[in-house]
Amino acid sequence: MKTFEKILLKNMEQPGYAGSLAEYERAGGYQALKKVLGRVPPADVIDTVKQSGLRGRGGAGFPTGVKWSFIPRDHPGPRYLCCNADESEPGTFKDRQLMERDPHQILEGMAIACYAIGAQTAYIYIRGEFRLAATILERAIVEAGRAGHLGADIHGSGVTVNVYVHAGAGAYICGEETALLESLEGKRGKPRTKPPFPATHGLYQQPTVVNNVETLANIPHIINRGGAWYAAIGVPPKSPGTRIFCLSGHVKRPGNYELPVDATFRDLIDDLGGGMRSDKPLKAFIPGGASAPFLTPEHLDVQLDFESVARAGSMSGSGGVTVMEDGTSMVWAALRLMEFFYHESCGKCTPCREGSAWIVQILQRILNRQGRPDDVRTLEDICGNIGGRTVCAFGDAEIAPVQSTLKYWRSEYEALIAEAGALNAGRKDIPVLSVS
Amino acid sequence: MRPVSGGVAGGMVFDKHRDFIAELLTRYPVKRSAILPLLNLAQREEGCVSQAAMREIADLLDLTPPQVFETATFYTMLSLKPRGTFHVQVCRSLMCALVGADDLLAWLRAHLEPGADGATADGRFTISTVECLGSCATGPMMQINDDYYEQLTRDKVGRIVNDLKQTGDCALKSGPFMMPERK
Repeated sequence: MKTFEKILLKNMEQPGYAGSLAEYERAGGYQALKKVLGRVPPADVIDTVKQSGLRGRGGAGFPTGVKWSFIPRDHPGPRYLCCNADESEPGTFKDRQLMERDPHQILEGMAIACYAIGAQTAYIYIRGEFRLAATILERAIVEAGRAGHLGADIHGSGVTVNVYVHAGAGAYICGEETALLESLEGKRGKPRTKPPFPATHGLYQQPTVVNNVETLANIPHIINRGGAWYAAIGVPPKSPGTRIFCLSGHVKRPGNYELPVDATFRDLIDDLGGGMRSDKPLKAFIPGGASAPFLTPEHLDVQLDFESVARAGSMSGSGGVTVMEDGTSMVWAALRLMEFFYHESCGKCTPCREGSAWIVQILQRILNRQGRPDDVRTLEDICGNIGGRTVCAFGDAEIAPVQSTLKYWRSEYEALIAEAGALNAGRKDIPVLSVS
Repeated sequence: MRPVSGGVAGGMVFDKHRDFIAELLTRYPVKRSAILPLLNLAQREEGCVSQAAMREIADLLDLTPPQVFETATFYTMLSLKPRGTFHVQVCRSLMCALVGADDLLAWLRAHLEPGADGATADGRFTISTVECLGSCATGPMMQINDDYYEQLTRDKVGRIVNDLKQTGDCALKSGPFMMPERK
């Protein structure tokens, strides 16, 4: 693998670096904020971020600068920035490390983002379970405020940015940006229909930008070193930059690894992750969190950028890479993820709410040797009636594990169903009508 | 709502947090936004979200009690019923399951013998399963009250349970995230 410079994890990988304000400043921290405040017009800051090509790191990969530019310039009321720290996509744990080890990197990115979009108030919506990260962020906000990096009239520029930590209370769906806004408004975290988009009607119906933690952490570096510098890393022009990939499952060295996105899954799993934990070969991997379709050993040489993973039939999503060794039951793996989605469906849309329950029931009975001959077809039918028919992307996400395991390991489903047929032959259960 | 049950007898749930609440309300242009922080605070104070607390939150935020109830019942961390002193939450999602979460959970249940509601007879532990807590490289893992415990083995879980029983705290809890370890 070729050498490269880390951007986001660089500070925290220095021996002894604990993420205090003094350490962050010694490493060049808050220079980017000072560079832009009162000196660079907000529109130019947005242009720099646009030029960098930075794309959202939460999962959807929307270009950050473009998102910022959607905030109406002439809006008379307040605008808001929300930092999405609800990290709850199974397989993803990068934001937690960024928050716990280098909180000021995120705060500086937030202050710059607020300046660019004209927001005076920013909320960090953090999942309720992350108590330690929330405490560390709150402490960092106080520190930054005392040093004049946040609060009223930052460094005499007349710019005000107040940042507050707002903890959730356990709901995966609140990572969806409109559900996050509903939750922040004190309601049940159910996604809104779009349009209107948060850029015009977001928090309290005011223009709002919602950015992921990792996205915002990139901002100070892009301001310091220029959009062109960032745009040249990785796979320009569409997928520039480095990303933090979260490696989990049956590998020797699971963990967070920052890589330019022109590296491959083989680089990540074999070189950095040390390969498989035992002598069993790799059977399957999920390339971008629980919502991404499974891939096979054939896809190990696929590059990590958004487009390459999409071409391989999956998505780069949140960067959570989970590796499974030979011998792992794919029906079981699909069920585990499906149980997650069933648990987390917010219940707003019928296809998702009911469909996730049906899929769990069917997978459970297949695994319990009670599968019916029609079950594979029924699964495909239910999945086909969920995808694209829900308010948010959750519906498309929840069918990914089932559809992709059916695509590559259909024989595992069929073998279990055949076993059930042999086991239960002659039983006189109530007949089940076929879906067709 | 039915008559008040639970809550701090005779007193207001949030009385001693008046200063914090006054500051909290300055953070949001719309009062309702303070629901989750207050529900989280109520649960921290009382071990669960009581009807008394929900009424008080409604009063503080100019809402009706059902509006508070509506929000409270959406979020899995909030419990309307009391739980054990130590709420043991074992992650059962795929990433932890791949590295032995089921085995650990079975061991914990066999060892602590909780009832059908997940609580031990002495009321000290409540065991529940949760979905992904964002600790997939350090699984299997569990959260006990506010603290994460990671890279668990049976031996380690046994020590954690013993420590909590004896001292109410355990040094094996996780500090700030750092994986993989570097020299």
